[in-house]
Parts: sequence; C-alpha cells; structure tokens
Amino acid sequence: MTLDELSGLYRQMLIIRRAEEQLQKLFVDGKVPGFLHLSIGQEAVPVGVSQALGDSDTVSSNHRGHGHTLAKGVELDGFFAEILGKATGLCKGRGGSMHVADLSKGMLGANGIVGAGLPITTGSALALKMQGEGNIAVVYFGDGSLAEGVVHECMNIAALWSLPILFVCENNGWSEFSPTKRQLATNLNKLGKAFGIKYVSVDGNHVTEVAQAATKLVKGIRATPSPAILECDTTRVRGHFEGDRQDYRDKAELEGLQDRDPIQFTAAELVKAGATKSAIQTISDEVDAKIEAAVEAALAAPLPDREDILADVYTRTEG
Amino acid sequence: MAETRFIKAVNQALKDAMQADPTVFVIGEDVGAAGGSFKATRDLLDVFGPDRVYDAPIAEAAITGIGVGAALTGMKPVVEIMFMDFITLSMDMLVNQAAKARSMFGGQGSVPMVLRTPHGGGLNAGPQHSQCFEAWLAHVPGLKVVCPSNPADAYALLRAAIDDPDPVIVVENKALYAMKGDLPEVVDPIEIGKARITRSGTDATVVTYGAAVGLAEAAADILAPEGIDVEVIDLRSLQPWDEATVLESLSRTHNLVVAHEAVEAFGIGAEIAARMADVGFDELDGPIVRVGAPFAPSPFGKTLEDAYRPNAEKIVAALRRSLA
Repeated sequence: MTLDELSGLYRQMLIIRRAEEQLQKLFVDGKVPGFLHLSIGQEAVPVGVSQALGDSDTVSSNHRGHGHTLAKGVELDGFFAEILGKATGLCKGRGGSMHVADLSKGMLGANGIVGAGLPITTGSALALKMQGEGNIAVVYFGDGSLAEGVVHECMNIAALWSLPILFVCENNGWSEFSPTKRQLATNLNKLGKAFGIKYVSVDGNHVTEVAQAATKLVKGIRATPSPAILECDTTRVRGHFEGDRQDYRDKAELEGLQDRDPIQFTAAELVKAGATKSAIQTISDEVDAKIEAAVEAALAAPLPDREDILADVYTRTEG
Repeated sequence: MAETRFIKAVNQALKDAMQADPTVFVIGEDVGAAGGSFKATRDLLDVFGPDRVYDAPIAEAAITGIGVGAALTGMKPVVEIMFMDFITLSMDMLVNQAAKARSMFGGQGSVPMVLRTPHGGGLNAGPQHSQCFEAWLAHVPGLKVVCPSNPADAYALLRAAIDDPDPVIVVENKALYAMKGDLPEVVDPIEIGKARITRSGTDATVVTYGAAVGLAEAAADILAPEGIDVEVIDLRSLQPWDEATVLESLSRTHNLVVAHEAVEAFGIGAEIAARMADVGFDELDGPIVRVGAPFAPSPFGKTLEDAYRPNAEKIVAALRRSLA
C-alpha cells in the first residue's frame, strides 16, 4: 500500500470518527432526535472493505451504520441533515440514523432490524449476478445478529446459488447489552464451514489488514461469483446506544479499548510509512473543517414540512 | 376468447411479463421443475431457464428479502409464497423493509416486487393452510394488495402488479384455481385501485372480492325472484380500495353488505363499513352488515369448514338484515 493510499484510508476513518464525535455532542445537546448507535472503535472495518468497492457494488448495513455509509462515499451534508431529521437529509428526514440510505452510491440502507440486511443483500447479490457486470454485494452485520434465523437462511442460499456476496461480520463481542458468548453456541468460522463458505478473519482494528483481506476476497468474488465471509475482530467503545452507561461491562475491558484504537494504529502506520507529523495534522484539520461545515449546514437546514406526511409512501398516487 | 382456468391465466401472465421484460424473474419454493405447488409456474423453467426461475429452499423470510434486495437493485422479482399462512415468516421483509423503503429513504427509489400467495379454505387444508391475511397487509402503508375473482382478472391484476413500481401482494383464492373463464387474446388492463360493478342493482350493494364475488352473485340470484335487486361490487384491489365506486353505489341502493372469506372481526369489511358509516352516513337506510368467518381458526373437518366459510345463504341473510 502506498503512502497516499494509506493516507486516504486514514482520512476516511477520521471522517467517520469525527462525524460520530460530533453526533455524540449534538445528541447531548438535544439536536439529534431518537436513538443513536455509534461505531467509534470500529472505523477500520468499513474503510478497509469499501476501498475495494465501487459505486455499482451494493452495501447493506445495520443500526450501527454511520461508518458503512460514509465509507461507501455518501456525502456528509445529506448524512448529517438526515440524522438531525432535516428536510435536506438524504431521506428527507424520514429515516434518521437507523435508516440512512443513498441508492446512488449503492448504499441500500442502514436497518433497524437486526439481521435484516442479510436477505436484502442476498437479493441484491442475486440481481447483480443476473446483471452479469461483475458487481458484488456486501452486508455488514454484528456478532449479535448471528442468532437470527435469516442469517442461516441467507448463508445457505448464497452458498447454494454461488452469489457474489461478501458477509462482513463486525465482531465486537456484544449483542446489544449482553456478551455474545452467552448468546451463541457456535461461531462464524464454524458456520462458514457448515455452509462451505470461504472464511477469513482479521484484526478489524487494523485497516491495512482489513483492506488487504477485503481486496483479495472481493477480487475473487468478482472473478467467480461465490460468497465469502470476512470476520473482523473489533471494539465497540460506546454503549449499545448513546445514553447507555455500559455498567454491564468490565471497567478493565472499557479502559483497555484505548490500546486498540484503530485511528491511533493507522496514525502510527502512517508515521512508519514516512508521513510527517504536519501531513497527518493537515489531514486532521481538513477533516475537521469538512465536518464543521456539514454540521453547520445541517443545523441551519429546515425541518420537513408537516404537509409532506403522505409523500413517497407510494411512487404514484392512484387517482 | 378462450376458456381458461384461473391458474393457467396466472401462468400466462407470468410468461407474458417475463417475455416482455427481462428484469422480471420468479422465485419461490418448488416453482422450478415442479411448476409450483398449484402449478402457477408450470413450464417457466423450461421456457426461461434457471437464471429467471429460482427454485428456492424452504426459507420464506430469505425468499421475500431476496425479492426486496433484488427489487432495490434494478430487478422485478415475482415471489411466490406457497400458502398465505406462510407469510407469517415473511413479515419483517414485507412490513419493515419492502413497505417502508421508499418512504423511509425519502423517495430515492422503490421496491417493484410482487408477492403472489394463495389464501382461503375449501380444501380441508386445516388451520395453517387456509387463512386469509389480506387485512394484515392492507393495514401496512407502502404495500398494495389485490385479489382477483376470475381468470381474466387474475391475468390483468398480476400484469398490473408486475408493472407497478411499488410492492404489490397478489392474493389468489386457491378454491378458484380450477375455475374456468374467458381469457381474451388481449386482456384489458386493470388499474390497481379500481373496482368493478359485476352486477347492477337498485336495492342493496354487496361489496366483496376474490372467491366471495361468486357467492355474492349467487345471493343476488336467490333474492331476485323476490324482487330484491342486488348490486355486486368486486373490489379487485383492497389497498388502495375504490371508495368512490362503493360510495356511489351506496348512494343509489342505500343498503350495504360487505362479504369476504377472511375472519370478520377487524377485517377489510370493518374498514369499508367504518368509511361508509362516515362518508356515506346520510345514504344509509339500514345497518351495514358484514359477512366473514367467525372468530376462530379455520377448522379442518368438512362439517366445521363448511360452517366456517361464507356462502350465498349467509350473504342473503345479511342482505335481509340490512333491508329489514
């Protein structure tokens, strides 16, 4: 990986981190309606995966989906405006944090139902295979979704029909408020074996590891449609949602997360690869400026018009 | 005009739609070589091949979700769920995903999928293979629901559903599959949301759909010799439903019965009755009476199932009550 490429990944990870830090503040200030699930500590996964994807590849996400969305190239203005419930949001303020989507970027939506991204992505993969242009579908899901029935239905079908789908599991060890080890009698490696699906695991907090594995898997899927699993060992720093005090987690575990910070890891790699301190600082300053502008625009944007309540329920209103 | 069975009309609509549009494909359990549990997809595998006809594992949630994802990725899937009872397993994908994608994504796209599924009893298929759940689906903003009563409508409504940019549930009464009727060479298109007056009358209106249309017509025949002239409206589409046509009819006949095979309580009839009690209040000369299944699971045994299902006599009794 060149220094430029690594700098690009760092920039993208920092965009996600700073965006979520801003959302966290805005939430505390009462500017974010509803629930907010942050992916701080997991940024390396979507950034490492997305660098292998193009706009014609599709991704489907989950309730902790800000990173997946931004890494797929979704613009910050529409993103912030949506999460703040504004008319200028990507979904005109009708979706919010759990439903951000940008179909023009192949981003088929975050999702409020655990595991629901898998059937949608399996269908998208089937469509892409039928269209025969070498595009692939990616689904991000957590270890917490592995107990859902549709996960098993979809792995079975993806394997049977050799669908071009990459199953990306962000394993942060937590199924909402409970440790996954108390929720799951198996693991993803064994599930992959059971269905005959290629399985690769990486340290999900090292973006170069994720990127290398994803690049190789995506290349293989494009060449010969077939599913693969990429399991990324990662860290959920914040609670299940903002406002969750995480008193069910060990203090030591939470404190240890600082030593696993994917942003710090990448910054260290940049230094090792020869980046200057000022170059890294410049990236940081540029990211901050971009985020600030998007937040300001979102805060100033109008709320949706109450009269639009029936708009877009159907494509055309029957006469 | 060719006399055609209902199931063959469904099959023809699928063939014609797949011929007309390469993005249309079929997916469901046993829809390939077996031609579907009721043979709606007979020959499709031979004609269009395995890349257009997907014989899916028994996994209704995934099958339905595949429809949603494929529809969001530029295709027009036609999903078959073998019995309507099994949509219980598809509900997340229908209710939380298909129905909401357009609205919740701010109108960025739509989900042009069709889900075909048979409802209804008469085959002694018992409590888990006979149910009529159309009211559940009609209750969900973002879904459309249609229910044909004859072969020509089965053809036209399925073609309309496949052409529609939004998710449409096509409910077919399995007791009608063997029904014969005219299927013209060129079938007149049906606009989803428009009802059809199948029999004009002046004394009372029966609003109905699906297999109950035939029962309502039989009820009208029973009452005709007494000089009671009954109008029958085949809704064709349940969501959206043709309120204007029902209201217009009521304003002429002043008496209303709503009949369907589904459980009466909290059903399609309840919605129609409530609307007409509101917007049609001044037109009513008698109570709005509903005919539907009693509030019990659909039973297996013949005597019980016969007692459970609506018939012409029950509709006659309802009309007499309304007219009394």
